[in-house]
Amino acid sequence: MVGRESLRKRRTKALLRRVAVLVVVLMVAVLPAIPIWLMYGWLVSQSFSGRVILGVLPSKLTLENWRFLWSPIAMGEKEYPNIWPITINTLFLALGVAGLVVMVSSLSGYALSRMEFKGRTGMMQFIIALHAFPSVILLIALFVILNKLGLYGKGFMTLVGIVLIKAGLEIPMATWIIKGFFDAIPWDLEWAALVDGCSRWRVWRSVIIPLVLPGIGAVSIFSFLSGWSEFLLVFTYVAQEEYYTLPVLIYHMIGEFIHIDWGMLAALGLFYAIPTIIFFSVSQKMLLRIYVGGVKG
Amino acid sequence: MVRVTLDNVSKFFGKVKAVVDLELEIRDGEFVALLGPSGCGKTTTLLMVAGIYKPTRGRILFDDEDVTDLPPKDRNIGMVFQSYALYPHMTVYDNIAFPLKLKKVPKQEIDRKVREVAKLLQIDELLGRKPAQLSGGQRQRVALGRALVKEPDVLLLDEPLSNLDAKLRILMRAEIKRLQKELGITTIYVTHDQVEAMSMADRIAVMNKGRLQQYADPQTLYNKPANLFVAGFIGSPPMNLIEGSVVEENGAYYFVTPSFKYRLPKEIGELVASKTSDVILGIRPEDIRIVIGDGDDTAINGKVYVVEPLGRDLLVNVKAGDTLFKILAPADLQLESGQDILMAPDERKIHIFDKKTGKAIV
Repeated sequence: MVGRESLRKRRTKALLRRVAVLVVVLMVAVLPAIPIWLMYGWLVSQSFSGRVILGVLPSKLTLENWRFLWSPIAMGEKEYPNIWPITINTLFLALGVAGLVVMVSSLSGYALSRMEFKGRTGMMQFIIALHAFPSVILLIALFVILNKLGLYGKGFMTLVGIVLIKAGLEIPMATWIIKGFFDAIPWDLEWAALVDGCSRWRVWRSVIIPLVLPGIGAVSIFSFLSGWSEFLLVFTYVAQEEYYTLPVLIYHMIGEFIHIDWGMLAALGLFYAIPTIIFFSVSQKMLLRIYVGGVKG
Repeated sequence: MVRVTLDNVSKFFGKVKAVVDLELEIRDGEFVALLGPSGCGKTTTLLMVAGIYKPTRGRILFDDEDVTDLPPKDRNIGMVFQSYALYPHMTVYDNIAFPLKLKKVPKQEIDRKVREVAKLLQIDELLGRKPAQLSGGQRQRVALGRALVKEPDVLLLDEPLSNLDAKLRILMRAEIKRLQKELGITTIYVTHDQVEAMSMADRIAVMNKGRLQQYADPQTLYNKPANLFVAGFIGSPPMNLIEGSVVEENGAYYFVTPSFKYRLPKEIGELVASKTSDVILGIRPEDIRIVIGDGDDTAINGKVYVVEPLGRDLLVNVKAGDTLFKILAPADLQLESGQDILMAPDERKIHIFDKKTGKAIV
């Protein structure tokens, strides 16, 4: 009987411990997220309503705030360019960056992972060091380079220049991420392909790249999003309004202190966040694999 | 099919000498095993034949053609890796078809050959699966299929059985041997398992620390090991190796250790004494007879230390002084720990090695 009683005690203790753990998890993981969810809640309800009660509850449902989708954006006394060319600018920047980053990093990551050459270790350290510089300290130097290349103040070509700069800033980290994926592929697979009759190039294309697709997916999403949200470079180098991107447009609109239209700003913010939301919900698993990595089977 | 010749081949990785001055000729259609402990250079040798590593020195010839600088894809070799190295993103069919696709063989021909090989290896029902859905044995067959489908001149096998369970290993051993004989492909088989090498190969090249120790057929390796390493490596349970010296007393020659003294046959004694006195005596466990009661004067006194029944026979550990002998005895022999017995080595089966050089004298 004594044994049974002590077992019951131990069970109660274990239960209490589990409850305690749950409470701690709730405090650490859930509570801090509440303000963020509240902000998103405000964004959504504000964008669809004329007035918001208590910060999140919508009243008077309307699509009026989304009028920028079909008409020019007028806020205060100023009229901004149509949203669609600006969205296309942003898309061009994001896709350009993603494409360039994937192309270069999948080659450079392979070389750093698989090929023996002089200065390999030095180069890898240098790459990490490169990533340590924030783009803000490079602004002036980059301005000089853009100017010399004749890409400054040239409208669309300036955006091309910014794609090059942004990709250049993203490539080091992407190379490191992809290199990790290449490292996880056993040499045997590569050798087997060589013996089967591949050239080194063909091995890369037919055997190795299909195996690092999760890595390539992750890198392309990251670089797409970083291009999509790029603000500083566009803000600094693009002078003509028709070559603005969404973050810069939103910035300028927030600048209209007196006549600010919160409803439209919320709708615009939500519109801007759509690709991010889509990408993250589609690719969650893939992104997680960056940290898990590896080839199975 | 071709004859493969390794002409004085060496491979160094920085300061590490993986393979040193290897001379090896593999005849057309022959099955040769490279045998040795891990790190002995056998896989490096195989990768050099495949063209994945380039020798630091020396040449590799297929028939009389120098292929040392030829990339792997131009050598027409098939290879099975220890990990099988199947392409995880391709189906079994695509895995086997891959070498043919690279050769730009017409589609119909590819299909015919893939199905033919799959049938030969009894994997024709697995063609639609991915490697992750296969068992170890099935993967091994697929890897073999991929190596064989392009009808290679040389087949290279790198420990292909080491990831299989014991039962399947014995089955596949016979299967691979039969397949090799049937197809007549020159085959190099790397293994650290001496039973595999002995049971499958026509000839075995025993390697240690990057150097070739002996290259001979299994019987010769077993009966006439060229040095201490081969003697100790080949055979299970291993050969008894006992340090001692050879001395002459009243016209007779004795092998003497602090634990016991054993009279050598005269011719052997003379031969050994004329070369050196510090030697190592080797005798296989099955070449010592256990005598209970009186034996002749050449027998060695010992005490049974422990008896290990192996089913078919007994492995008897016997101590003579501080020296431990392992002896294979008939299963029906009644022995007890601590029992005094006599050991009678078969004089014709004695091996004597020079202690300094390790080379066989007798």
